[in-house]
Amino acid sequence: MFEYAPAPESRSVVDIKPSYGLFVDGKFVDPTDGGSFKSINPASEEVLAEIAEAGSQDVDRAVRAAREAYEKVWGPMPGRDRAKYLFRIARIIQERSRELAVLESLDNGKPIKESRDVDVPLVAAHFFYYAGWADKLEHAGFGANPRPLGVAAQVIPWNFPLLMLAWKIAPALAAGNTVVLKPAETTPLTALLFAEICQQADLPAGVVNIVTGAGETGRALVEHPGVDKVAFTGSTEVGKAIARAVAGTRKKLTLELGGKAANIVFDDAPVDQAVEGIVNGIFFNQGHVCCAGSRLLVQESVADRVLESLKRRMAQLRVGDPLDKNTDIGAINSAAQLARIRELSDAGAAEGAERWSPPCELPDRGFWFAPTIFTGVTQAHRIAREEIFGPVLSVLTFRTPAEAVEKANNTPYGLSAGIWTDKGSRILWMADRLRAGVVWANTFNKFDPTSPFGGYKESGYGREGGRHGLEAYLNV
Amino acid sequence: MTATATSARSELSELGRSETALRTFLHGLPGVDQVGAEQRAAQLGTRSIKTTAKAEAIDLAIRMVDLTTLEGADTPGKVRALAAKALRPDPADPSCPHVGAVCVYPAMVPYVAEVLRGSGVHLASVATAFPSGQAPLEIKLADTRAAVEAGADEIDMVINRGAFLAGRYKEVYDEIVATKEACGDAHLKVILETGELATYDNVRRASWLAMLAGGDFIKTSTGKVPVAATPPVTLVMLEAVRDFRAATGRQVGVKPAGGIKTTKDAIKYLVMVNETVGPDWLDPDWFRFGASSLLNDLLMQRTKLTTGVYAGPDYFTLD
Repeated sequence: MFEYAPAPESRSVVDIKPSYGLFVDGKFVDPTDGGSFKSINPASEEVLAEIAEAGSQDVDRAVRAAREAYEKVWGPMPGRDRAKYLFRIARIIQERSRELAVLESLDNGKPIKESRDVDVPLVAAHFFYYAGWADKLEHAGFGANPRPLGVAAQVIPWNFPLLMLAWKIAPALAAGNTVVLKPAETTPLTALLFAEICQQADLPAGVVNIVTGAGETGRALVEHPGVDKVAFTGSTEVGKAIARAVAGTRKKLTLELGGKAANIVFDDAPVDQAVEGIVNGIFFNQGHVCCAGSRLLVQESVADRVLESLKRRMAQLRVGDPLDKNTDIGAINSAAQLARIRELSDAGAAEGAERWSPPCELPDRGFWFAPTIFTGVTQAHRIAREEIFGPVLSVLTFRTPAEAVEKANNTPYGLSAGIWTDKGSRILWMADRLRAGVVWANTFNKFDPTSPFGGYKESGYGREGGRHGLEAYLNV
Repeated sequence: MTATATSARSELSELGRSETALRTFLHGLPGVDQVGAEQRAAQLGTRSIKTTAKAEAIDLAIRMVDLTTLEGADTPGKVRALAAKALRPDPADPSCPHVGAVCVYPAMVPYVAEVLRGSGVHLASVATAFPSGQAPLEIKLADTRAAVEAGADEIDMVINRGAFLAGRYKEVYDEIVATKEACGDAHLKVILETGELATYDNVRRASWLAMLAGGDFIKTSTGKVPVAATPPVTLVMLEAVRDFRAATGRQVGVKPAGGIKTTKDAIKYLVMVNETVGPDWLDPDWFRFGASSLLNDLLMQRTKLTTGVYAGPDYFTLD
């Protein structure tokens, strides 16, 4: 046997303060009401820091700071100068990447190999990419002199805390807006470290404001009359509430919500790579991915073979300490999320689907869920319809390409889809018919700042990334 | 072996009788997506192998080295020195294991055999008009028999790439079968020369062809063309031996050769073996490294782990 010795990344590379204030007008300030909450490490349930909770007065202060910065500094600033700040931020992110990766894994529970190799490099890439647009907006296809919107209220989720921050802040700033951003209450720490990076980059005060808190803070922010733009990534339920709240106002809205993506494997697929794609599709980031390939649609004639390979591969997944460089699957982000995953998995078993997990030892403390697949799932099962947002895969079969399309589209969501086949013409035929914002062919969960991302139907509207991502922050 | 595996094996052994059956079978194997295979190989390369795991991996890698010299300038003196090194890679440390085998040209086999006799270190000889294989079959077989008679217990043959690329699979198959027969009791390693096969689909087909024809090992390269062993090529070959055993019950070994120079590289390959085919292959009987300079790097890292400091290159023998 070849046992890998523990290979933990050092957590001493990052300094976590005992408590954090709100980042308003370029400074860390105490909240007016003095409320606070704790952010914990989901892998150990250890308290990492005490975080200020922003009330409506704090939100108001942040929005006013953003407004003033927009009117006096950032809005009038030439694009080439805004670009300098964004390039500087991107470079500092690269320089401090180890620190950011360790902090992200501590606060979120995701394995260090993902925060190190995926999240943080993509964050830097996003800032570099949009920095390049800042002085070229007239060439983006939105007219001769596209104007920013003003103050953007941005509310982001806990699954990719820093990456979602980058997706929101980089295009907003490049287009000339200022922002007030609320990170998720379970994962605020990298956003607060980002605030320090803004200070280090000498970003003018008020251009970026970070208000921490839970649902009430978010509501105060999106409902604030002083914001011109609302951008939200999170659950469909909250997204609908936000859409109702901003209806009838001047606020421009983009939503990136839930998903229940089909990952479709045809009988001529490259099996070994398809299995990697299935694993990456659903077990990447513990399945806490809105575009996760959570429904595997496999052609019946190869289903046994694919499932056998998949189970063998799943037995190789290493679940445990997120800071260990060899960990493949880390901790579930919160007790609440773990409860939801358990509830839906139990419903799957109760409704008659067959449940399987590889033998794996889970740590005693913290929130953990073994990688799981359900076979014998039909379209009528809850686990085929509802977003689980965890390492749980539902396996369905199909007979013909048309049936695959029909089943794939038979969901209220439409964020992403995957196709696995050696036949190029079939990829194009399928991509034409799948109602999903992103269609991956012979790969899955590939992200790039140049590529637009967003949903159909109840997965939301608007696009993030690429040239298209600028539209959400321009008055067009 | 189960009854189904036995029947599958006898069905598969029929394939070699007809060109059409072979072609249909090889072209019916699942394709390999290049991007995906390369990405998986790269991912496996990011595993972090430290402390005790590293120490075990280094000793295992030393035991898996086929210490090789294949030069026109090889002399009895040169190969004897290499054989001596194979027996005691680190003269300063008796706990250091010996390597898996010494690999030389047929003419050098007798000199190596004298040194290795009774040591447990295998003696491999390249044969079949290595490295190009561009010679009449009788000459390739005579080459093989001569090497075995001189004392080689492992033969590294090259496949007929010209025939393979022209789609004459049966010709390739028949040559491997004939070479296997000429080997007698010696183990047959079949060199695919993956750098000349160019695509991963071809690597998978050639791997199956070599296994169907009776090869005991499949080996990536001769080391004589610009592209030698790479992690994704080795990954595809490992998947092939895994699937072949599942279908037939027979286990076949894998030998990446050429271009593996550092301990770090060797450990990446061991991780790949571990996570693709599992511990059954983590043994010198089933996995080898065709290499020469790799050994000194393994020894240097081994010394570093035991003493805590790096010794200079002059503390390791050059042979």
